[in-house]
Amino acid sequence: MASEGKVFDPMHQFEIVSYVDLGPFDFTNSSLWMFISVALVSVIIGLGSSGRALVPTRWQSIAELSYEFVAGMIRSTAGNEGLKYFPIIFTLFMFVLSANLLGMMPASIGSFTTTSHVAVTLTMALVVFFAVTILGFVKHGPGYLKLFVPHGVPMTILPIVVVIEIVSYLSRPITLSVRLFANMLAGHTMLKVLGGFVVLMGVGGILPLTILVGITALEFLIAFLQAYVFTILACIYLNDALHLH
Amino acid sequence: MEIEAAQYLGKYVGAGLAALALLGTGVGIGSVFSSYLAGALRNPGAAQQQFPNLLIGAALVEATGLFALVVALILIFVA
Repeated sequence: MASEGKVFDPMHQFEIVSYVDLGPFDFTNSSLWMFISVALVSVIIGLGSSGRALVPTRWQSIAELSYEFVAGMIRSTAGNEGLKYFPIIFTLFMFVLSANLLGMMPASIGSFTTTSHVAVTLTMALVVFFAVTILGFVKHGPGYLKLFVPHGVPMTILPIVVVIEIVSYLSRPITLSVRLFANMLAGHTMLKVLGGFVVLMGVGGILPLTILVGITALEFLIAFLQAYVFTILACIYLNDALHLH
Repeated sequence: MEIEAAQYLGKYVGAGLAALALLGTGVGIGSVFSSYLAGALRNPGAAQQQFPNLLIGAALVEATGLFALVVALILIFVA
């Protein structure tokens, strides 16, 4: 690819660029876009919850809709006891959603998808994992280990099932983080590759362009869906810790 | 020299083989949607409630295929 005159590097958009060097830490484009997504959520929710009108304004509707959506999600998966942990679930959902959607802006204006990096998603997944594990042990004591022994399993295959349960429990942070980051990585790479086709094919590029429009719409769906899946899996793990299936 | 060449070749062959995981993902995602549609056409009343589960199922299956992408990327850029 490098031998051609123009270089289309679909991975270039994921490059981390340091803006400010702060000794052991760098203020990178990743940190900048994390700040932007936090600021965006804070502004929307702040504006939305400042009014408290009986007939909601548009901002208030956004805040109320997102509140109701996440609260309904927790209620349906973890029950009413789960609502105590609403703040962290809501934070996770809004952060992942805004990061995914901000990443859908064209990279040419400097947009960066923070959730396309495993460092970011693994941090969130580990927070969920440790929070849920600690919560489980606090709630049930050593009885939380019963989570690994599903009842109604015949004695002959029970040892295998327990091993499988333990492995699947321990791989939760990995699957949770890789699912989000790989989806974002694959989606954005695909958009870039198709974008390269459009440029390379000249007039014929109208064909990949039409596909690209559809794929972009699909990517918006995926951006929302992955935030939803990330949060609902966090809720399901929370339910395990609260109720021991 | 030959070992290096073999390693170089093996990386890319392995990355290509990792794409075979898409076979399973394709079957899986088809099965998720076909079962949903079959169920939804039999009982349209219950379809709406199960729509979130459909999305979760689709996302879970899709993620399995993307793990293959990660394997391929590790082979090419890390290993």
